[in-house]
Amino acid sequence: MLDSSMIELSRWQFASTALYHFLFVPLTLGLSWILVIMESVYVMTKREIYRDMTKFWGKLFGINFALGVTTGLTMEFQFGTNWAYYSHYVGDVFGAPLAIEGLMAFFLESTFIGLFFLGWERLSKRQHLGVTFLMAFGSNLSALWILIANGWMQNPVGAEFSFETMRMEMTSFAELVTNPVAQVKFVHTVAAGYVTASMFVLGISAWYMLKGRDLAFAKRSFSVAVGFGMASILSVILLGDESGYEVGDIQRVKLAAIEAEWETEPAPAAFTIYGNPNNADQETHDAIKVPWLLGLIATRSLDTQVKGLKELMAEHEVRIRNGMIAYDYLERLRGGQDTPENRARFEEHKADLGYGLLLKPYVENPAQASEEHIQLAVKDSIPEVAPIFWAFRVMVGAGVWMLLLLALGFYFNAKRVIQKQRWLLWLFLFSIPMPWIAVETGWFVAEFGRQPWAIGEVLPTSIAVSSLTTHDLIISMSGFLIFYTLLFIIEMFLMIKFARLGPSSLHTGRYHYEQIAGSAGGMTPATAPQKPAE
Amino acid sequence: MLLDYETLKLIWWLLVGVLFIGFAVTDGMDMGVGTLLPFLGKTDDERRVIINTIGPHWDGNQVWLITAGGAIFAAWPLVYAAAFSGFYFAMLLALFGLFFRPVGFDYRSKIANKHWRNAWDWGLFIGGAVPALVFGIAFGNLLQGVPFHLDEFLRPFYSGSFLGLLNPFALLAGFISLGMLTLHGAIWLQLRTAEPIASRAKAVTKQIGLATIAAFALAGIWLATGIDGFRVVSEHIPNATPNPLTKEVVQESYAWLSNYGTYPLTLLFPILGFAGLGLGILGSIKDHPGWGLFASSLGLTGIIMTAGAAMFPFIMPSNTNPNSSLVVWDAVSSHLTLNVMFWAAMIFIPLILIYTTWTYAMMWRRITVEEIQAQDHLAY
Repeated sequence: MLDSSMIELSRWQFASTALYHFLFVPLTLGLSWILVIMESVYVMTKREIYRDMTKFWGKLFGINFALGVTTGLTMEFQFGTNWAYYSHYVGDVFGAPLAIEGLMAFFLESTFIGLFFLGWERLSKRQHLGVTFLMAFGSNLSALWILIANGWMQNPVGAEFSFETMRMEMTSFAELVTNPVAQVKFVHTVAAGYVTASMFVLGISAWYMLKGRDLAFAKRSFSVAVGFGMASILSVILLGDESGYEVGDIQRVKLAAIEAEWETEPAPAAFTIYGNPNNADQETHDAIKVPWLLGLIATRSLDTQVKGLKELMAEHEVRIRNGMIAYDYLERLRGGQDTPENRARFEEHKADLGYGLLLKPYVENPAQASEEHIQLAVKDSIPEVAPIFWAFRVMVGAGVWMLLLLALGFYFNAKRVIQKQRWLLWLFLFSIPMPWIAVETGWFVAEFGRQPWAIGEVLPTSIAVSSLTTHDLIISMSGFLIFYTLLFIIEMFLMIKFARLGPSSLHTGRYHYEQIAGSAGGMTPATAPQKPAE
Repeated sequence: MLLDYETLKLIWWLLVGVLFIGFAVTDGMDMGVGTLLPFLGKTDDERRVIINTIGPHWDGNQVWLITAGGAIFAAWPLVYAAAFSGFYFAMLLALFGLFFRPVGFDYRSKIANKHWRNAWDWGLFIGGAVPALVFGIAFGNLLQGVPFHLDEFLRPFYSGSFLGLLNPFALLAGFISLGMLTLHGAIWLQLRTAEPIASRAKAVTKQIGLATIAAFALAGIWLATGIDGFRVVSEHIPNATPNPLTKEVVQESYAWLSNYGTYPLTLLFPILGFAGLGLGILGSIKDHPGWGLFASSLGLTGIIMTAGAAMFPFIMPSNTNPNSSLVVWDAVSSHLTLNVMFWAAMIFIPLILIYTTWTYAMMWRRITVEEIQAQDHLAY
């Protein structure tokens, strides 16, 4: 049997490296479009300030993008290094969108990003804009394929288990691509990325306005970002991925966990604003509920029921017992007793094979599990509720906060008095971390809420790991910890340095620090930052 | 259109080869350039010249590696699973090496500080040399067989150690990999930089190239005489449902030579390896680095295909449990997946080649120290 501490560490390693990677991805997704907008204005109006905006925000984009690529490499390696059984078991289905992502999207994005940075002098205006567009298009297309792969983990459609190859095999590529969970996830995730980039540009531009620096530059940047951000946050909220929660058992469990709804309530269910969910008692203590709200949010109707966790667990128990039978026949088939009778019996129960595998942490052969093992597996069949409950509320809270800010920003910007609303500009500055809090908690809800499954209803996380030792994992975790900490410090140092320097870092002679330097006949050490080379 | 399963299995062996070759010719070249960076660039400006020859392209080039990884995941899931988890620390070493590149290229010249830039230059050296070495070592181990087995549910178990990977033959293979990519990178620098870097690059092609040719010859002799290959002895059933546990495999002397005997045309691969590297050196010496680069690209192709053809149909043989070996017929994905992926590759690989060529054409010039100084704030 696999070592449980090794499994725990593998999960920690994957979760932490994925969340870390996801610090950089959303900004890339959104900022690339903001660059396209700015550069389009430049090409249409030929006003140099828009080229400077493209170059300056592009510089910050580059600092962020470098770490996105670095940490993305880890994700590609990690399925093989640490989730070898997963790779074998679902590579036939899951690998395809990843490989197509490389061919169709990542090549496009990565080939043109080099020309975005270094091609200013060698490309015509239109060619360069084309390059910027293809880079943005490529990165967003990348997200589509990654989320098709991820959507399949939540709701594995278009595939079937084959006992002969002992893995899931694709039955319909079209179903894989049009998976409803993947579709809503894509819209929700990229729109969240657009909000992230908008809040980033808004916060930094607000700071320039507060400092009274580079006002023309700051106001134009603010205008572009506030419009883009307003449209994006409305998409995130209105096209939220709640609609994806009705499809498949995993998504139903996730929804009930988000709500900490233990008992099935009559429709429309109440929304729990506050509470202390407890897996051991299967109860949410001190709950404060708002009637009807959950039913409306989750099902967008007043008469569709949201199933409670206890009822879902009762269903899981039935499926676990079925899964034991499926496992029994699988062993016979794999052991050479490939008779039509055994095949028929296996086919009858194979939809529940994954549930049988939930017993693996307790018993080598799930077909021989005791009543006690089954009860333990039933308890395992839902995730820990409290972290999901709270992460979801943090995400929604951050989202609502950003909606308010963006609405105010949009209003005052439209009235052309944004510069006078210093309180709002301060709020924008201090809200820069908000989108990251929202996307990280959102990602956590989606993936922690998928537990105990690596692939929903198909492959438990506990057997998806590689056959490594705890010792191996401690070494690799330490390596990631050291590298990622150092990289984070370096990235933040550069990001803050260049954000503070602002468009003066372009060395055009038109911006704040160069103007000071010009008028004072040289930089004074107190005000002048170290001259960067680029 | 659905192609025949047996054909697709063979095509995917070729396509993975194409992706490896695409990686070696483009990103491998960048790794060679990274390896040479601290040695051929004496001043900061010279190092920036070297970096900027690959600055606009290294990221796109790296996607060959990423796509090769993705293609192995999708087309040979068991190979991806067994190799990446088995070679755990070697893979992490390559990965940590690769970490230095994206940040190295983008961050190095953002701060005008000697120590900062020098540190990143060595980072780019590590990011070039370490993965190049590790990938060669991995190939060297595949040729000797890897200590792993599959259980009845096809879970791979690796029973070797990290130090076991660093055996003499594998180190020789690592040296060939590093040597051929460094030669390739040196010719590129001769082509794309002005003096004095171009001359320095030219001065090293001969030593590196000849050492690599010698190592390739030595590895060939060693492989022929000192390393037992593998052979499938059970009957091959075309279009079979992939199951790596049903075949019978033996390990025996000279088995890696049998393909060359059966299909003499495959002898063109080692010939191409030697001739490509040789003509690469010649092109460099005779001041035709453009032809040299073309020849060395063919040389890399020949060397990669030499290893592939020797092992065919094996991808990852097991020396502790030969029947668990993974071959192109039984470690593959389903018929449908191979077909979908085949068409994706047929559509997108030509497109990639077209727009990649366009980007090279747009950025094509000899880069000089003067240009770097003039574009201090724009260049890497």
